[in-house]
Amino acid sequence: MIVIIDYGLGNLGSVKNTLDKLGVDSMTSKSIDDIKKSDAIILPGVGSAKQGMKNLKNRKLDNVLIKEVKNGKPFLGICLGMQLLFSTSEEGNVKCLDVVEGKVKMFSSKLKVPQIGWNRVKIKNEELRVKNLFNKIPKNNSFYFVNSYYCQPEDKSIIVGKTEYGVNFCSILIKDNITATQFHPEKSGQVGRQFIKNWIKII
Amino acid sequence: MITKRIIPCLDMTEGKVVKGIQFVNFRDAGDPVVLAKQYDKQGADELVFLDITATTENRNILLDVVRRTAQNVSIPFSVGGGIRSVEDMKLVLKNGADKVAVNTGAFNNPKLITDCANYFGCQCVVLSLDARQIKKNRWNVFINGGKTDTGVSAVEWAKKAVSLGVGEILLTSIDTDGMKKGFDIELTKIISKNVNVSIIASGGAGKIEDFYEVFKKGRADAALAASLFHFGDLTIKQVKNYLKDKNIPVRI
Repeated sequence: MIVIIDYGLGNLGSVKNTLDKLGVDSMTSKSIDDIKKSDAIILPGVGSAKQGMKNLKNRKLDNVLIKEVKNGKPFLGICLGMQLLFSTSEEGNVKCLDVVEGKVKMFSSKLKVPQIGWNRVKIKNEELRVKNLFNKIPKNNSFYFVNSYYCQPEDKSIIVGKTEYGVNFCSILIKDNITATQFHPEKSGQVGRQFIKNWIKII
Repeated sequence: MITKRIIPCLDMTEGKVVKGIQFVNFRDAGDPVVLAKQYDKQGADELVFLDITATTENRNILLDVVRRTAQNVSIPFSVGGGIRSVEDMKLVLKNGADKVAVNTGAFNNPKLITDCANYFGCQCVVLSLDARQIKKNRWNVFINGGKTDTGVSAVEWAKKAVSLGVGEILLTSIDTDGMKKGFDIELTKIISKNVNVSIIASGGAGKIEDFYEVFKKGRADAALAASLFHFGDLTIKQVKNYLKDKNIPVRI
């Protein structure tokens, strides 16, 4: 059972719909018990980091998430769900879950912010796990992005793919049991569905 | 590099897709969910749903259509029409929309933009701006489905709305809407120059070259069209292949 964390932000339905179409057993939940019992966790999210952290804390989900991630449970963070894994975010200067060292920064004000649309993900890391994650996905394919902020991991070796928007930013990372994407696979058409299918296969 | 988006727009009333000319004389274009699925398959980058009579009929948006669409498409979609509160917005998002377009509700109560942006993030809030040219270099904002001239300059409202927190502007020229004589390049350019968010140009697409013009001269980030796609004059693929040949970055 995959649990999609419901913390009152963003479009949980689209992640759930994608998993349903793939025939994967999943539920959206805000229950600590469900999270503990799950086989894997997806933290989706659209919205502001400040509100996101506030909602996680109000539901007492922050500590259980940190614990489950540290215990090695497969975890997929999407967009804000990726950013919240970091130490801090410039968005509202908020302290986040800090399971990935690094910070979340805003795009340059010279660009149109937020970045909205389909952009290329260049895979930087060719290890087997990454190859499997991008199985049947043509090289340099486009995924759907909606973000004003981007992640800057301390440990560059966890960066799996990069995307160019004024800066070359980390659009996907893998750190042990954590996979996190700045793009929205659940909104990236066929390619995105294949990506989620691949993630389920490798976990 | 980020690609330019091609967005089919589904204007709805009473659960059906319709298309008018200059915001009147609507003609039936079919079932919204069927059309949405079809556009997803054809390579649309996004979809926009506008419940065009929700405001004038003073009722809420068709949530059932939103929900069924969400279950059937795998690309982002924005929904607008009759949004007056954070609660309205929550309901639309809960039913599967990715972004919410505000228009009359935000003009009458600009705080709506800030409230929504604070809660959901500005990427979630699209300003739907309907404008009409009233003299040289001057466009006014029209609300209530294009029926009421607010007397406010479109450029000023766009700037204010961005400062309040909208993440994108869906800019419709009432003058060119449904006329199939090309987008309003001047309007698109002036808005694009004055704000730092993505502009979706809307109204007037009639032939394949119009898309090139609006990206190249109008500086749009996305182009929206309705009748052209609904009635099969052009496919999304044709438009994208044409743009690609002209060196406009698109997702094929």
